[in-house]
Amino acid sequence: METLFSPEAWLKVWTYRETFLLGFLTTVETAVFALIISLTLGVLFGLMSTSNKTSFRVIARVYVEFIQNTPLLLQICFLYYALSFSGHSIGILLSGIVSIGIYHGAYMAEVIRAGIQSIQKGQFEAAQSQGFNYFGMMYYIILPQSIKIILPPSVNQVVNLIKNTSCLYIIGGADLISLTYSFVTGVNTGGAYGPAYLVSGFLFFIFCYPLSKMASSWENNLKKRDQMRTLNKKEK
Amino acid sequence: MLMEEWAASFGILSKNAILLYILKGTLFTLIISSIAVVIGVVFGSILALVRNYCNAPKYRVFKYAAIAYIEVFRNTPLLLWIFICVVFCPCPSIFRHKLFGLSTVETGLLFKASIALILFASSVIAEIIRGGLNSVPRGQFEAGVSQGFNIIQIMYLIILPQALRNVIPTLLSQIITTIKDSSYLANVATIELMARVRQLLASANLYNGLNAINVSDVFVLYGSAAAIYFIINFSLSLLVRRMQNNNQRKSRQVLGN
Repeated sequence: METLFSPEAWLKVWTYRETFLLGFLTTVETAVFALIISLTLGVLFGLMSTSNKTSFRVIARVYVEFIQNTPLLLQICFLYYALSFSGHSIGILLSGIVSIGIYHGAYMAEVIRAGIQSIQKGQFEAAQSQGFNYFGMMYYIILPQSIKIILPPSVNQVVNLIKNTSCLYIIGGADLISLTYSFVTGVNTGGAYGPAYLVSGFLFFIFCYPLSKMASSWENNLKKRDQMRTLNKKEK
Repeated sequence: MLMEEWAASFGILSKNAILLYILKGTLFTLIISSIAVVIGVVFGSILALVRNYCNAPKYRVFKYAAIAYIEVFRNTPLLLWIFICVVFCPCPSIFRHKLFGLSTVETGLLFKASIALILFASSVIAEIIRGGLNSVPRGQFEAGVSQGFNIIQIMYLIILPQALRNVIPTLLSQIITTIKDSSYLANVATIELMARVRQLLASANLYNGLNAINVSDVFVLYGSAAAIYFIINFSLSLLVRRMQNNNQRKSRQVLGN
């Protein structure tokens, strides 16, 4: 704890500031690419789990249940070691991005399924009776109505995704947490535990806090609007 | 050749000592996560009550402290807190002994990492319980006050029981998350399931008798770990779903009557 107040430890962190910056950039990079994968998978499997075809629903269900009920760390290790022991290694960063994307894709799929299912059945029927095809119906009728239900929990998922980039540590990644750890245990740089952890925690916090604040304020607005609506209905 | 590799990999699982090793890891995972959730519910309830109801100017500082705690833990990764606790958390001397077949160092690490898991879980559980508290109607307070209960009694006897009953399904699904999160302990010590499987893979060349680690070892070892996690978590999530359906049916009945 005393390192927190020692000027030398802070100086050490300041001298190696590029390490933290590099780690932060890797974390951002991992998060952005993993987010793209997870959104793609989320939309795909979210639509599949609300489709009329039983086979699509079963596939989506199996994907979601299997991914959600096993730890991300296990999935990362599995992907990384399976690929490297079979001689097809795709590198630490890419393995991390792919498995984090797949993991959060399952959560995104559940969020999108909940959003689509919250729309009344009449909307689907009305769209079909007006001659919309499936994609037209989803894009013009269903999505605009369900986006406000989908957005807050999916932003929360983004926050979790950013936090989960720390999983890269187990396969030896170069994200913020891993670099912080090698900084504080390194031969030349070691010892500055307090300042280093504080800095890396602070970097995560400034990245995640605005997002989670935004999600919770959207959610509260939504709840308030719903309450107003029910009150208005009662008055009528 | 390929068949030989697979047979050798499955051969690892047929050794009793290894099965016992994995089983012990599973038990550690379950015990660590249930302790984390139980203590997390206690801390979380206190945090949620303080965040929601300490509005008097005299006590407002506690409210801000609770908000800061919850927001800081929700927006930083668990692994950071595990590292921080491993360095800074003091460890009582009871945990510096050999326990449950773990070495002295491992019990110390287990204690410290579990503290991190508890701290992290209580911030998430606090938000869940706060959702439950907000769903208790205001009239319940006023009824409590009019019956002469003091504020502690109102919270403990009237508000908390109702709030907790509303959030039991969410709390159960938090156990699933905590079981998954407990795998982060694999980063610092070889105690629970994930870490033990990783350890087994690292020395799989000694166990499968082929003097080399093959892809089939990865599939067999991680596959069995995934199966164990899946069975535990999926049965819990089925339970959660059943309780949610029951709750919905009950509230529908209440509305219908």
